[in-house]
Amino acid sequence: MSDFENDYRHAKPGQSGPGIVDYLDLETKDQTYLDATELVLNMGPQHPSTHGVLRVILKLDGEKVLGTECVIGYLHRGVEKIAENRTYAMFNPYVDRMDYVAAVSNGLGYCEAVEKLLNAEAPPRAQYIRVILTELCRIASHQVWLGTHALDIGALTPLFYCFRDREEILKIFEKYCGARLTTHAFRIGGCIYEAYDGFEQDCLKFCEHFLPKLNEYEELLTTNRIWVRRTKGVGILKPEDCIALGVTGPVLRASGVKWDLRKAQPYEAYKNFEFEIPTGVNGDTYDRYLVRIEEMRQSVRIIRQAVEGLPTGPIMAKIPKVLKPPVGEIYHSIEAPKGELGYFIVSDGSTQPYRVRVRPPSFVNLQALDKMVRGLLVADVVAVIGTLDIVLGEVDR
Amino acid sequence: MPDESKDPKPISPESSAPASAAEAGTPTASTPKSAEPVKTSAAPATADSASNPAAPTSEGKPAAPAAAAKPTAPPAKPTPKPEGPKPEPWDSDLVRKLKAQYGSGIKEASTYVGQKYLVVDSSIVYEILLRMHDDELFDYCVDITAVHYPKREQQFDVVYVLYSFHNNERVRVKTQIQEGETLRSAFSIWPTANWLEREVFDMFGISFDEHPGLKRILLPDGWKGHPLRKDYPILQQDQEWVQINLGIESGQ
Repeated sequence: MSDFENDYRHAKPGQSGPGIVDYLDLETKDQTYLDATELVLNMGPQHPSTHGVLRVILKLDGEKVLGTECVIGYLHRGVEKIAENRTYAMFNPYVDRMDYVAAVSNGLGYCEAVEKLLNAEAPPRAQYIRVILTELCRIASHQVWLGTHALDIGALTPLFYCFRDREEILKIFEKYCGARLTTHAFRIGGCIYEAYDGFEQDCLKFCEHFLPKLNEYEELLTTNRIWVRRTKGVGILKPEDCIALGVTGPVLRASGVKWDLRKAQPYEAYKNFEFEIPTGVNGDTYDRYLVRIEEMRQSVRIIRQAVEGLPTGPIMAKIPKVLKPPVGEIYHSIEAPKGELGYFIVSDGSTQPYRVRVRPPSFVNLQALDKMVRGLLVADVVAVIGTLDIVLGEVDR
Repeated sequence: MPDESKDPKPISPESSAPASAAEAGTPTASTPKSAEPVKTSAAPATADSASNPAAPTSEGKPAAPAAAAKPTAPPAKPTPKPEGPKPEPWDSDLVRKLKAQYGSGIKEASTYVGQKYLVVDSSIVYEILLRMHDDELFDYCVDITAVHYPKREQQFDVVYVLYSFHNNERVRVKTQIQEGETLRSAFSIWPTANWLEREVFDMFGISFDEHPGLKRILLPDGWKGHPLRKDYPILQQDQEWVQINLGIESGQ
């Protein structure tokens, strides 16, 4: 019918280059698709496998996906606008509500960005506590991912295993700061809560118990024939495509790019710890699974080192009560469980930020969905959405 | 949310009271920005009511007890605020090459707290970006965003955050554009610019030429206004859209 249609009809997985427009103009009047063999199918926003309120418009040829268009924004709360109307400290709890399964990481990124703007640094003890909690949070985030991803593909048991073990992490969070999910654990300049009595033991105990549990997950899935058939070779993303599309985090590493902000541009105390950056080879859903599983092991390694080396001293830097960062702008990013989480903050010297821009990893990673699912089957779309590990609270902000 | 947002400058009364009292007390001194602590409690109180009656009323009721309690605790911050870090010129091969080629098109090349940025003219920003990608190996476009300065003639800063995997280096490229001015889309350089530019368009109303499908991304298609502009108040909404599409009087 048109060039546009031909593009999609002959698209094969991994073949469509960056020049091809990933955009379906479904509202064009002269293209009704009535005479075509294609079917336009709406998936979501109320669909259990879209992990929230993601709406994907699929263009199908039978079971084969010819193209997709994501419709997002159902959860848009205007977080960046809210930031301009709050003081720096008041905005801190809001960032927890973006990626709500990894709230600690969001808080870390924001606090560090404002600290950089203030030219302050958290004391060593605060940095270690931050690292411990952030790595626990990474494990918790990956557990939610694994449970729901496996559930989408049809494996029910990992969900219960993951949520059972995640509970231990949430208990540590609860004991530390009173909240389980949206923790608001850190403050600008350090931590507000001292580690409670038995914090170290709780963390070490968790590490000890968690590693065998991780092996249990792997026993369920890694060599499971159904799991392997559903994930191997599905949603392949080549390294050059990852970089062109700005995809970061485990998705990028599964494609073989050994890049992790904790190593590339170390923040907090990460330069003091030994850990590996796991990478994949094929860049498919199975590799992304292996990478995230290995990342959990590495997080356990970091937690153990941090608990053992936990220094004594103050937990809060000397910063004024009323934060008035000098005029300037900075961009600071951290390695969140989902990828590069960046904050671009502009200060005009007043108590409120002039502009806060959040660079959400989920939002940017979701852009790769179209490229990954072209030529696959509808059931694979579910697997690919799961493997991208998106949180719609962060995509829509 | 509405009652919070009515107060545009939420400052805790304890911390703001000494500062406001010191400001109000300064009319007795010759220089308004004098860092001297206020001498007595009576003088600022009279100066408050006589010379600057608006200050206590705008502060609301918490200011009065704090001012009364002041003589026991004199203003704790007589020291001048330390100067913040200043942008420093950034000199490197890359900057020299670009300056030699584009001359005054490169308006500024600086580092601020160790972060490098370039300010370039809007007419050459696409060339610069292409060059950064092709020659300088900035292969990863981290973010594209904008900042609105309504008082400036060139109202918008458009900021490109670039990263080079080869050199482990991050650079921001900034340009300033007027209302209505368009930029060429960076989609042909980095496909990731697709959604990032759509978001800039959605939130600021900045158009990008040659973009594959520039339409709103987070807000609904028919929405009026661009929320991250400074002249868009936080409580504003598209009433008409809400009434037609949601069937309710107001979203608040």
